[in-house]
Amino acid sequence: MLRLEKRPSDSQTMAYWSPVLAIVLTLICGAILFMSLGHEPLGALYTFFIAPLSDTYGWTELGIKVAPLLLCAMGLTLCFKAKIWNIGAEGQFIMGGLGGGFMALQFLDAESSWVLVPILLAGMASGLLWAALAAYLKTHFRCNEILTTIMLNYIALNALLWAVHGPLKDPAGFNFPESATFADAALLPLISEGYRLNISLFFGLFAVVAIWTLMSRAWIGYQIHVLGEDASAARYAGFKEKALIWFALLTCGALAGLAGVSEVTGPIGQLIPQISPGYGYAAIIVVFLGRMHPIGIIFASMLLGLTYMGGEMVQMEMSLPKSLTGLFQGMLLFFLLACDLLIGYRILWSKSADPKAA
Amino acid sequence: MKSLRTLLACTALAAAGSVNAADDVKIGFVYVGPTGDAGWTYSHDEARKYVEKELGDKVNTSYVESVAEGADAERVIRQLAAKGHDLIFTTSFGYMNPTLKVAKRFKKTKFEHATGYKQSKNVGTYMARAYQGRYLTGLVAGKMTKTNTIGYVASFPIPEVIRGINAFTKGVREANPKANVKVVWVSSWYDPAKEREAAETLLLQGADILTQHTDSAAVIQTAEAKGKFAIGYHSDMSAFGANAHLTATVHNWGPIYLAKAKAVLNDSWQSEDLWYGIQEGVTDIAPLNKVVPADVKQLVETKKAAIKAGKLRVFDGPVKDQSGKQRVAEGATLTDDQLKGFDWYVEGVEGKMPKG
Repeated sequence: MLRLEKRPSDSQTMAYWSPVLAIVLTLICGAILFMSLGHEPLGALYTFFIAPLSDTYGWTELGIKVAPLLLCAMGLTLCFKAKIWNIGAEGQFIMGGLGGGFMALQFLDAESSWVLVPILLAGMASGLLWAALAAYLKTHFRCNEILTTIMLNYIALNALLWAVHGPLKDPAGFNFPESATFADAALLPLISEGYRLNISLFFGLFAVVAIWTLMSRAWIGYQIHVLGEDASAARYAGFKEKALIWFALLTCGALAGLAGVSEVTGPIGQLIPQISPGYGYAAIIVVFLGRMHPIGIIFASMLLGLTYMGGEMVQMEMSLPKSLTGLFQGMLLFFLLACDLLIGYRILWSKSADPKAA
Repeated sequence: MKSLRTLLACTALAAAGSVNAADDVKIGFVYVGPTGDAGWTYSHDEARKYVEKELGDKVNTSYVESVAEGADAERVIRQLAAKGHDLIFTTSFGYMNPTLKVAKRFKKTKFEHATGYKQSKNVGTYMARAYQGRYLTGLVAGKMTKTNTIGYVASFPIPEVIRGINAFTKGVREANPKANVKVVWVSSWYDPAKEREAAETLLLQGADILTQHTDSAAVIQTAEAKGKFAIGYHSDMSAFGANAHLTATVHNWGPIYLAKAKAVLNDSWQSEDLWYGIQEGVTDIAPLNKVVPADVKQLVETKKAAIKAGKLRVFDGPVKDQSGKQRVAEGATLTDDQLKGFDWYVEGVEGKMPKG
């Protein structure tokens, strides 16, 4: 008989092993799934998880997906640590892209890469302002930030649609909903010629280091910890709760905005109706899968990025449907949540052969 | 150990497979929706199967579905090119710039982009004159409406969609000068829930016939459920509403894909801008529902024959815009360039175009 028993205190070991266990279970179920579809399971898993990274190009493409995930995830970590449930990284990402893209369109004849400075700043400022709306609503009217940030996501998306269908539409583009393509000087420098990977990966890694330092070394990081663990203790200690909320949300907004502007001045190179394949939402999974720990988040963002690329690969090589991407992401989350139970509980083999006696 | 060997065997097999396939033409397709959408992507996938059937072992096709029109599209297109595809069809407008970017790197690969306006040495474009079918289905709608109100669920106000609305409305007005067309924009190509909501709104506003320029069959299903009529788009959607479905404008990409595949096979491929319609069999309409009276059927047949013979172009003057101002004079017609940049409504369309 299997029996669950509450642990006297949460297991630190399981907190780290739970994601690993979840990944292993996902792989096993994935193999069974491939087998039931009539494919050789190991070969299929190879195609899904390893083939996309079999050459330099694959790794650079993974980097392109990891950079925005890292930026959004690090901002969200700050919010989630303080138990501010900001679901709005997606909207802040889009506003960053829109604001930065607007600035880039003012420099269509630019020749010097210095124009990137105002462009990136505009992107960060736009994301920051978008997060500021949620912060203002939370601190002044006690509005639930889950609701406000989700709704602001939709407004941001519609603002982008309005812009590319209206004022920012390419005048020479036959009325199609796209902006003009940005000047070459307004595009982020590539890390290596011949690949699409650009310096936004460094922005992402810098964000990891910066937020990590902030959380582990800085006074404000400590305050955020306390606020998240016990809000009344934070108030008792005299921490300024409202100021901390503002700080966490604005930082997250600026980082997500930077991710957005890096996407439009990076692989896309113009404003289009769809600038995010849901990075802001995927980053939420990344944060939890990565245990809100910087190193964990790096691995989690790589894994999540890989599921997108693997999904494309099995379509091309094995004619399997696209829904596999969603299936793998879903299984990962499902098993993670299930395994997280083991942090607070342990499984016991009860010796009693007769369940009625128990 | 055993698993490692299996793994190695697999990769070896995969490598061997691609060597053997070197002499037939590999064709890749990039789709914006799922192949089961019954609409746009479905029509392209049918054409892919048609090419496979016609050319047998001489071709080898593969596709990637539901590819978002953003930064990911470029990777998918590039991977198809890197895997040795000789001809790649990118079947949505948003793939235009990504296709051109990849084409710059893979100079030997031929690319065909649907609905775009930019070509290059190894990128051609193609499009269907679907507006010709729209006009014919508009005639049917005009004759069949009782409330003189027809609902149109539209995606985005780009020229292709505006052209369809205008051609449809022109057909409606020719058949019934009192009828009007109401348009609802859903800002999505494929969102069955939103499409259904829009369809219900139009029915509440008195429409008794619906049509759509989106990629699912949700509008047909809504009309069927409410006992109204509907006109499909992209493919024959009668399976989704046997009573509601009057007819549909259908695409038949087969002839274009076959011609392009053959051109690559015998090394005669050229970059060009194809715009085929009823004359070439690329645009057509689905069989009319049996409730459509014989005289209406006759009218549609006559007009279709006239288009086929090149005697009738849909926007032959006089054409007035919404405000009643004459935009095309008697005896004149709109040029292809004007059709490709359509940004005004003809008389009979209700509501303002979202200008943003």
